[in-house]
Amino acid sequence: MFDPSPSIIVGLEVGTSKVCAVVGEFSPGGVLSVIGLGQARSRGVRKGEIVDGTAVGEDIRTAIAEAEQMADAEIRSVFLGVSGAHIRGFNNRGRHSIVSADREICDDDVLDVVKNAKAINLPTDHHVIHVVRQHFLVDGQEDILNPVGMLGANLEVDVHVVHGITNRLQNPIRAVKSLQLEVEDIVFNGMASSLAVLSTGDKELGSLVIDLGAGVTEYVVYCDGIIKHTGALAVGGDHVTNDLAYGLKVSMGRAEDLKIAHGAAQVDETAKGRMVSFNNEHNLPERSINLEHLRRIMCVRMEEIFGIIAEEIGNTGLLDYLRAGIFLCGGGSRMPGVAKLAERIFGLPVSLASTKSVSGLVSTLAQPEFATAIGLVKFGSFQQDRQRNRGGLGFRLKRTIGQLLNRD
Amino acid sequence: MSTEPNASIEAAQPKKAPAIRVVGVGGAGLNAVGHMMRAGLSGLSFAGAHSDARLLAQSTLPDQVLLGARLTRGLGAGGDPDIGRAAAEEDAERLRQLCGGCDLLVVVAGLGGGTGSGAGPVIAQLARESGALVLALVALPFDFESQRRQQQAQLALRHFKTASDAVICLPNQKVAQLMDENTALTDAFRITNDMLVQGVRGILHLVTREGLINVDFADLCRVVRGRQAESYFATAEARGESRARELLERLVSHPLLENGRLLSEADAVLVSLTGGPSLTLKEIRQVMEQINRACEGAQVVMGAAVDPALGDALTITLVATKRNPPEETREEAGSTSRMEFDNPASEYNAAKAESSHGSDRSSGERPASRFVPPAPDLSRERVEELLLKQGGGSPRQRKKAARMRQGILPLEVVPKGRFAKIEPTVHRGEDLDTPTYIRRCVALN
Repeated sequence: MFDPSPSIIVGLEVGTSKVCAVVGEFSPGGVLSVIGLGQARSRGVRKGEIVDGTAVGEDIRTAIAEAEQMADAEIRSVFLGVSGAHIRGFNNRGRHSIVSADREICDDDVLDVVKNAKAINLPTDHHVIHVVRQHFLVDGQEDILNPVGMLGANLEVDVHVVHGITNRLQNPIRAVKSLQLEVEDIVFNGMASSLAVLSTGDKELGSLVIDLGAGVTEYVVYCDGIIKHTGALAVGGDHVTNDLAYGLKVSMGRAEDLKIAHGAAQVDETAKGRMVSFNNEHNLPERSINLEHLRRIMCVRMEEIFGIIAEEIGNTGLLDYLRAGIFLCGGGSRMPGVAKLAERIFGLPVSLASTKSVSGLVSTLAQPEFATAIGLVKFGSFQQDRQRNRGGLGFRLKRTIGQLLNRD
Repeated sequence: MSTEPNASIEAAQPKKAPAIRVVGVGGAGLNAVGHMMRAGLSGLSFAGAHSDARLLAQSTLPDQVLLGARLTRGLGAGGDPDIGRAAAEEDAERLRQLCGGCDLLVVVAGLGGGTGSGAGPVIAQLARESGALVLALVALPFDFESQRRQQQAQLALRHFKTASDAVICLPNQKVAQLMDENTALTDAFRITNDMLVQGVRGILHLVTREGLINVDFADLCRVVRGRQAESYFATAEARGESRARELLERLVSHPLLENGRLLSEADAVLVSLTGGPSLTLKEIRQVMEQINRACEGAQVVMGAAVDPALGDALTITLVATKRNPPEETREEAGSTSRMEFDNPASEYNAAKAESSHGSDRSSGERPASRFVPPAPDLSRERVEELLLKQGGGSPRQRKKAARMRQGILPLEVVPKGRFAKIEPTVHRGEDLDTPTYIRRCVALN
């Protein structure tokens, strides 16, 4: 179908605690701005993956309707964020010999070498979500950003590949398509968050973005301006709530309230011996719980999450290159003291992320939960830029989605 | 090797054989050493030490020491290395008597529990103080054993490295890879014990037997000695026509050497080849060429011997040592327990109680990247004072502290609440859906 330069870009994130849709458009000056936001409480998602399809469908419909109303535009296609424990990332290298007589590298060579880099032996049930170019190498010379026009005999490229299980990736796509919406592309949530919160300077210096979601914690490492490592850990805010519910012997809903109202990632001296009481539905005092226990349970779980991430990134040896430090986004970053805890575990400066270079609804942008959805809109805008630069017919070759769905 | 006609009397006298003693510490250690005794290793004296009186009585070892009789009343360390350590310190005098008078002491222990991890390093330290060369032969827990045991094992391994001259590790998980998964558990432990026996036998032969190309005690000392050095050993046997080639294949694919990786990373290698009377120069050359190629840059010490009892079999025992560079030890020292490494007769300082809890991470592989100032110089009295304080003071204080540190027994199945019917998140054999504070045994009182 023809879709000549759509005026709005929509990012849809189907998360474990909420489904949210963010609508963005290019202002006349070419700056991306957010014009609409819709969200709904998510009931059918656990640990980032869909467990109840009908509930998810309804929640997406609510969120899209709200966003359409606020943006005053019709939403036809979205950029969908995907996540889950099955998503992995690794680095690969592709090689290509230059065949032209004068040994000059042209665009076709670049496309060929990227194609070679994509030819990886993945397990049959896995599908590639992203192939991100890192650096080129010309005859062994490293860190080439753009080899077109250079001379050489061998061209190699390092790429970072993000892949996941095909069936699990299809579930959210099917849910969206059942609402008569097109899926322009799928994006790994962690990557979207990092697009939203990192400036070019941070990417150059080297930084780690940790998205502390309710179901899944995603992390992305940037180094020298390129992605070096990605990953997803299926432990999130829901696990903290579950721990509290079991440890303090309260219900899940009550545990969630207590976590938000009194929780913190560290146990400090002022909390010792204090009791917190909460009321039941008739507003009469029901029980009191020990504040120190609450914080200790949360602290231990957050320590474990950071510990696992630190260990994995430590194994890749990238921890020493993160000069800009660590950025926390997502709902979990609202926890008081979480930045200090992360500093203690990683030994690097930690700061709470804020969205960069996107204007619009200021209240939205300030909240860490929407970093992913805003990042999806940014990703969409890059795709459109690329399309426009190619000077194409305006055909949106939904190659990835086509491949995915043709696998049935 | 021809002696001159006017040779002095010393040259004609045979070498005095070094006195070797093998001590099993803890349940796994007692088991293994009992196995060795039954396997008929000769030329060694055996001993055992444990805090569990019943297990000690069951074992058939000649020399036995019950550790911490007053502290634990003979009931064992309960999987807590701090209790194991305190128990060993209580009976330090008897342990000193046990280790005295021998040239080489082999401490055999299984790490992860209480006595082996806690008392083992103390015994090694005491033996070293009385002048013996101490070789620790330790087994590391399986991957499916809990995270807490793994952490305790790693910590104990570090203590062993400081307290003894050489540490040879036998990771149980690697041995498990050698066997079929459906092996019975008793068979599995028997096989790990067999490996330990082979290790000790190999070292014994290296040290006592006269070979055609001789390797002796001093060579072993030179290869395995070194602060913070880690050693791995492997044995292999082959027979028949192309036994040299088969032997090499077996060695290179040996799980204990991680398919040859440890060999290429080794700094020093001790090789002992033993064959029947038909051992030829060509076979020795083939084997040694490959080994030299596999471990380039390492110091290789080779010995060869002929044992008529072997017939047409060719066996090889190999000990590979990796010495960690001093910067890494300094970083480890700064981040985990206080260890003095400048002082050659360094005290093995007991680790703080906190470090045996969840916050410890084994960061051995990370390259040194930050400066950590060296540990302060302490006088002997101060050191003893600190040791006493860390040991917990009087036995009564220690008992109270030990009792409070016991974690929550997971007697009930932990309901997973929200995650009950969903695929669990498994990381390193642990189910991350169960609350962390329960898995880490954080007491809420």
